[in-house]
Amino acid sequence: MPLDSTPQDKRAFKVVGTRPLRPDGIDKVTGRAKFGADATAPGMLVGRILRSPHAHARIKKIDTAKAERLPGVKAIVTRADFPDHTNGDAALFDILYNIMAREKALYEGHAVAAVAAVDAHTAREALKLIKVDYEVLPHVTDVDEAMKPNAPVLHNTILTDGVEPKPRKPSNIVRRYEFGHGDVEAGFRRADIVVERTFKTEATHQGYIEPHACLANVGPDGQGELWVCTQGHFMVRDTCARLLGMDISKLRVTASEIGGGFGGKTTVFIEPVALALSRKANRPVKVVMSRDEVFKASGPTASTSIDVKIGVTKDGRITAADATLRYQGGAFAGSPVEFGAMSAFACYDLENVRAIGYDVVTNRPKQAAYRAPGAPMAAFAVESVIEELAHKVGMAGIDFRIKNAAHEGTKSSYGPTYGPIGLLPTLERAKQHPHFKAPLGPNQGRGMACGFWFNFGGQTCVSLNVNSDGTVALSVGTPDIGGSRASMCLMAAEELGIPYDKVRAIVADTSSLGYNDVTDGSRVTFATGMATIHAARDATRKLCARAAQIWGIPEEAVTWEKGHARPAGPNAGNFPPMSLAEVAAQAGATGGPIAGHYEYSADGAGVSFATHICDAEVDPETGATRIVRYTVLQDAGKAVHPSYVEGQFQGGAVQGIGWALNEEYIYGKDGRLQNAGFLDYRIPVCSDLPMIDTVILEIPNPGHPYGVRGVGETSIVPPLAAIANAVSAAAGVRLTSLPMSPPRILAALEQQNAKRIAAE
Amino acid sequence: MVKVVVWGSLKPHTGGKAELEIEATNVRELLNRLGDAYPGLKPQLARGVSVAIDGVIFRDGWHEPLRKESEVFLLPRMVGG
Repeated sequence: MPLDSTPQDKRAFKVVGTRPLRPDGIDKVTGRAKFGADATAPGMLVGRILRSPHAHARIKKIDTAKAERLPGVKAIVTRADFPDHTNGDAALFDILYNIMAREKALYEGHAVAAVAAVDAHTAREALKLIKVDYEVLPHVTDVDEAMKPNAPVLHNTILTDGVEPKPRKPSNIVRRYEFGHGDVEAGFRRADIVVERTFKTEATHQGYIEPHACLANVGPDGQGELWVCTQGHFMVRDTCARLLGMDISKLRVTASEIGGGFGGKTTVFIEPVALALSRKANRPVKVVMSRDEVFKASGPTASTSIDVKIGVTKDGRITAADATLRYQGGAFAGSPVEFGAMSAFACYDLENVRAIGYDVVTNRPKQAAYRAPGAPMAAFAVESVIEELAHKVGMAGIDFRIKNAAHEGTKSSYGPTYGPIGLLPTLERAKQHPHFKAPLGPNQGRGMACGFWFNFGGQTCVSLNVNSDGTVALSVGTPDIGGSRASMCLMAAEELGIPYDKVRAIVADTSSLGYNDVTDGSRVTFATGMATIHAARDATRKLCARAAQIWGIPEEAVTWEKGHARPAGPNAGNFPPMSLAEVAAQAGATGGPIAGHYEYSADGAGVSFATHICDAEVDPETGATRIVRYTVLQDAGKAVHPSYVEGQFQGGAVQGIGWALNEEYIYGKDGRLQNAGFLDYRIPVCSDLPMIDTVILEIPNPGHPYGVRGVGETSIVPPLAAIANAVSAAAGVRLTSLPMSPPRILAALEQQNAKRIAAE
Repeated sequence: MVKVVVWGSLKPHTGGKAELEIEATNVRELLNRLGDAYPGLKPQLARGVSVAIDGVIFRDGWHEPLRKESEVFLLPRMVGG
């Protein structure tokens, strides 16, 4: 659709920008809200999944005979129950292979069989009776090891794409990406100082509180229903229907409340399995992952290995920037390395830039999206080198960044020329922020970093029904993971001119609304919000038409203003304004129900930038790090509900703190995950954290009627680097591997001390 | 004719060229004719792409108009979390 080139940035909003209570708040704090595992149905069976204990093994035979004979077992499914309906769609085939192993188990935790039984005990006993004959194969879990010529190869079909000549021998390198412009070699020749470093980051999990859960119910007529915790129930419906050979219309999916997603619930894992079990058992089947399964068999993010080289002149101007990024995305193609490569240098105005990315497979679970997929790791590497270069040329990091920052008219590192962007305003506000001038204590260091993310729109559909008492029911198709129902109510109320509490938003099921893309890409407040605004405008047009009918004047002689239909001018007639409630009360007699609708593919989301400042304190004896102060500055375009914008900023920072300091997938030599639980995989809790300060900048997005930009992802891009810069400043040694856990920090300190002693 | 720039690692499929001249008035024509002219791009086009027109990234939108002077980049299909 054409972009609105005149966003209402000067508009005085009445409701948008306020901070009312969220409509789902009471339900969530009283336990009334229904999450995935709360679904229940008469005759419901318990589904459990048998998973591979091996990192890499050929599945020679699966014998389910004994399990089938166990009383209480109602259905068992294996690879034989998942014929290939993917019609050559490689990405869909990978999902099929991931939800149930085929000729090989490709990682520890890969589903091998599943059971539906009358209770959990019987289901667990049945799993023990399934005999799987494995031929254990050599495995690889490290990205650099997986790229070596002699590494165990996962798929004989992978011949690296994007290289010339195309290899004839299979490897674990799926694809090579390259972005950039100019001549980096010439740029480095012009540089006075060059810094080149290698970085590593470990895989982390999104760490959502609610494990994956669903209840499937397929009848003998082939019609099915699914209640599921997901970021996108339309995606779940379409994917499951295609995997199981069902008509899409025969599957109705309802999204439950969701206890976090962060990208990890943008695909399917257990849902097709539950449906297949239900279809076979002819009973409802509930499957709920344990936390162990969430770690081993859902989708963490990629681990990475990144080389960065940047050259500058003595006066602090970057002459060239070059990076090679290697991301492993688990056992299937699709690590987010292309977005790491595209975003790595996106904050800078560069004449010569190149970023090369390699998508690599290993014997780990298939990665899923995690907030700004691929970007935080790239920013960690690049912003660490940026900070080091600033110090080498004798500039403050913030001044160095301001000098080299991308701005309107900059040719971005991934290609297109930027329009109006908000990076410099976040840097300038950061420089003025009291945090920057605050004194530091002993063993404390301050770091900063910038971050970038793309954002997008996507397919969206909204319906808005006007009730007879003048209240409004709003149906959206994007699960609410960050307070979006409140934001939608605010935007509908703003357009209709009625109070916020007169609008109630629900997440409609897949049979009640047209297709909606997943809640991801920071898209919902932007895209569903824009659809809500247009649906409200559609409704006000109809309300005006009804008022015109009542008054006996032409439709075009009526306008909608401050919640009332009004004659457009003195020539239209002298009628008192008619409120929404008054028009709605007469709907039955004037043509029936009044509703507004809007369906579109949203584009024009507008890219997003943030600057973060972090103070860290490192205990030199233990290597333990404490974040003592943290500030996020980010452009929101227009903050519809500022509390939830701040919540997104704070949440991104907190997840980044976990990623930077503690969180990592730790594999043993046997290729098995050693810390699949929240005791050994420690995410930050409130007592670990300072209050995260936030500064919302509002630089309107010309692609949205209110100027809204997505804010959900950019906030996780700078933290890894900001914290690394702070910790490195506090410890006096550059940290290049994440997480910066106490043993790593101690090792770096000891190494530095050894060097110092040797030099003396 | 519209000038479209593809990312570097697609060059093996375009005879080594990053800048391609294509007769197209909208995104749909651009994608169809890119595939016709450079069949090696078809797998990537099938996997999905985004098109940046004058700095604005379009993930969908076949009918976005392209002008001769438009700055057009082919990009991977945007994803998010």
